[in-house]
Amino acid sequence: MLNIVWISLIIVSVVFGIINGRIHEVVMAITDSSRLAFDVALSMAGMMTLWLGIMKIAEDAGLVDLITRLLQPLLRRLFPDVPKDHPAMGAMALNIAANMLGLVNAATPFGIKAMEELNKLNPFAGTATNAMCMFLAINTSSVQLVPASAIAFLSAAGAKSPTDIVFSTFLATSCSTIVAIVAVFMLQRRHKYKNEILSEHC
Amino acid sequence: MNIANFSKDISDIIFLLLIAGIPCYGVFRKVPVFDSFVEGAKEGFPLVIRILPFLVGMIVAIGMLRASGAIEALGYVFSGLMSMLGVPQEMLPLAIARPFSGSASNAILVDMIHTYGADSLYAKMGATIMGSTETTFYVIAVYFGAIGIKKTRYAVPAGLIADIAGLLAAVWICRWLFA
Repeated sequence: MLNIVWISLIIVSVVFGIINGRIHEVVMAITDSSRLAFDVALSMAGMMTLWLGIMKIAEDAGLVDLITRLLQPLLRRLFPDVPKDHPAMGAMALNIAANMLGLVNAATPFGIKAMEELNKLNPFAGTATNAMCMFLAINTSSVQLVPASAIAFLSAAGAKSPTDIVFSTFLATSCSTIVAIVAVFMLQRRHKYKNEILSEHC
Repeated sequence: MNIANFSKDISDIIFLLLIAGIPCYGVFRKVPVFDSFVEGAKEGFPLVIRILPFLVGMIVAIGMLRASGAIEALGYVFSGLMSMLGVPQEMLPLAIARPFSGSASNAILVDMIHTYGADSLYAKMGATIMGSTETTFYVIAVYFGAIGIKKTRYAVPAGLIADIAGLLAAVWICRWLFA
């Protein structure tokens, strides 16, 4: 799927670049973006290192287990394939909590850590499991309690009550999370994991 | 303005509470905190290196898309469908750019706030959309890239369904709350 998305993006860009007479802009974007990607990675590296260190302390202190146990009733239903005490549960719980609080910098390392743990349960390397797809959908729709950057944009422009959007964002993200979970359960039924693996390996 | 600061303060306080509170709790539980920190932190840089190829691939393709003017054209293509679903024309650039690019959608939002006014319905709607949707392609590339998933199965449709649900919910809820 990512193969198709990627090549489509490139073809569409080239075609529209020619139609719109923006070939030079497209070429400039290629060099600028590759540099930007490296900058993003580099600026991510410090935060990633910091949060993974903090997370290890939380793990060793038993804090992750505590959070996991609190979210257990919810997580068990969403991720029936993941064993109850698996470290993936802890990392996913931390990622979901960080996303809700608007801590984007913390959410990404926790999320990647969670994916690594989920991958240890993956019998077919290179193919996404149901738990991974569910985690991803919850991640992209995540319930938000503190939409910090949007509030900052509004208040910078002199809005009278920029925090109005806290409630609307909470409601909208709650809806999208519910839709995402329902969608994944429906897609799961259509894409039987074992059938797909067998049909691709035979 | 004070309430905005308050909310920013809350984020800062939560941030500090975690960075300082977790090690303090670790000391309380007799964890060798700095040793633990270093052991966990060691994984950070290799992880970033592993993600880099996926970041470069995605960000370059998305940068090309932005520069080519295709996002505006896509907005035109989808405008009929979107207006049927009650999404105002003004939200289209944001809705189209959002799954691909965080920086592009941030720029579009800032532009919208200035064009329509910080207290307008559209500014609030746009800000809500930003919170309720995600840069899905970027997230998929980074998360699956980190663990070498090649067959993503239904992850892309699931992420996009979540984004569309977030967009529609944001539009309808803002109409109901702020109009």
